[in-house]
Amino acid sequence: MAEPAGLHVRLSQDEPIPLTVELSCSEGEMLALVGPSGSGKTTILRAICGLYRPRHGRVVCGGAVWLDTSARIDRPAHRRRVGLVFQTYALFPHKSALANVVAALGHLPAGQRVGRAQALLAQMHLVGLEARRPAELSGGQQQRVALARALARDPAVLLLDEPFAAIDRRTRRKLHADLAALRQSLRIPIVLVTHDLSEAEALCDRLCVLDAGQTLQCGPPAQVIGAPESRRVAEALDLPWA
Amino acid sequence: MEWSALALSLRLGAFTVLILLPLGILAGRALAFARFRGKALVEALLAMPLVLPPTVLGYYLLVAFGAGAPLGRLWQALVGHSLLFSFSGLLAASVLVNVPFAIQPMQRGFEAIGADVREAAACSGLSPWRVLWAIDLPLAWPGIVTGAVLAFAHTLGEFGVVLMVGGNIPGETRTIAVAIYDRVEAFDDHGAGAMSALLLLISLAALAIVYAVSRRIGRVNG
Repeated sequence: MAEPAGLHVRLSQDEPIPLTVELSCSEGEMLALVGPSGSGKTTILRAICGLYRPRHGRVVCGGAVWLDTSARIDRPAHRRRVGLVFQTYALFPHKSALANVVAALGHLPAGQRVGRAQALLAQMHLVGLEARRPAELSGGQQQRVALARALARDPAVLLLDEPFAAIDRRTRRKLHADLAALRQSLRIPIVLVTHDLSEAEALCDRLCVLDAGQTLQCGPPAQVIGAPESRRVAEALDLPWA
Repeated sequence: MEWSALALSLRLGAFTVLILLPLGILAGRALAFARFRGKALVEALLAMPLVLPPTVLGYYLLVAFGAGAPLGRLWQALVGHSLLFSFSGLLAASVLVNVPFAIQPMQRGFEAIGADVREAAACSGLSPWRVLWAIDLPLAWPGIVTGAVLAFAHTLGEFGVVLMVGGNIPGETRTIAVAIYDRVEAFDDHGAGAMSALLLLISLAALAIVYAVSRRIGRVNG
């Protein structure tokens, strides 16, 4: 049976972290996961890329089944085509910016990797910084390297875990603009974890509200923010409940 | 100066490191990243040679290597001579004694690698084997070098265990530490002094390497 395009996630477990998650994100769409700290946002991203294994669940991406606990399918992380930007960036500290990106280009013939990595760094406005190690780059620059590395793999889904949390407002605004532009050229689902409601509203097509590991309400940001379904949704978003 | 005793000690040290290097990397990495029931017990067992008097350890090895024990009999049947009072037996004892000196620094080296960095490697498509070569080894190498140097230096100085399982056979089991003891017994202060000074210098050089390298750990991962 052919699997649908886009990203489809269903997770459920009672322990150790309760999860009741059902969400999907189509190609070219940007979905925000919003909720208070500890609501399970990062756990969902980790389950999508195979870094966390839920008791029960199914993850389908780009027509391929990555996880299906009932069919005992569980692809390891390195065999799922994901681009993940960590909250901490998690760059390889001993490698230059260029080598960080080259490391994620294992699917290309060896002769093409450096050229492709240079092109990706140029696309992220990092020309001239290729030889620098992560410790010699600013937070914003490290974040761009992390994004270039995530895209290097030619991912079927791009996952961004609060990528703007540790960046000053001016840099954040520039990165927002870059991400919006990048979206236009990427025909893959993008999932952004954030606790900044205005960021979700500005960048994303749809928003999914989480609380205590449960997806409460999904919809266009204006609709969810304008009309929360329940008191719990309003509280998770820190909005007044009439 | 007994050059043959020095050569034997150096040979023993080199072989010990050669055996402990892959073993220490595998065990240190597994202990750093794996979580399993009884891990503390395994770590305690591996650390035993640190606190056990060398004569006690030597005594148990003497019994285990002897013809009365299964291991001793098996060796005798396979190789044709006893494991006791031979270079092979000395090497086996040396490897066991040095397990904590090699594994602990290597384990610390692997533990210093951020979990997120290794996860990022997996998400970048690197297989576990590639993660070992491209991420783990380059980031943990100061710990690996420290473990290897400590095991080597400690082998040169080991006395109690050597005497118990190896005895004092020139060219076969007479190490420089045993030779020094022998020279003192024979009132040869000059010979004992020269060999002691050499051992002192080698130990100092080894520790200098360890400290220089561990300073690099902070720089690489900082």
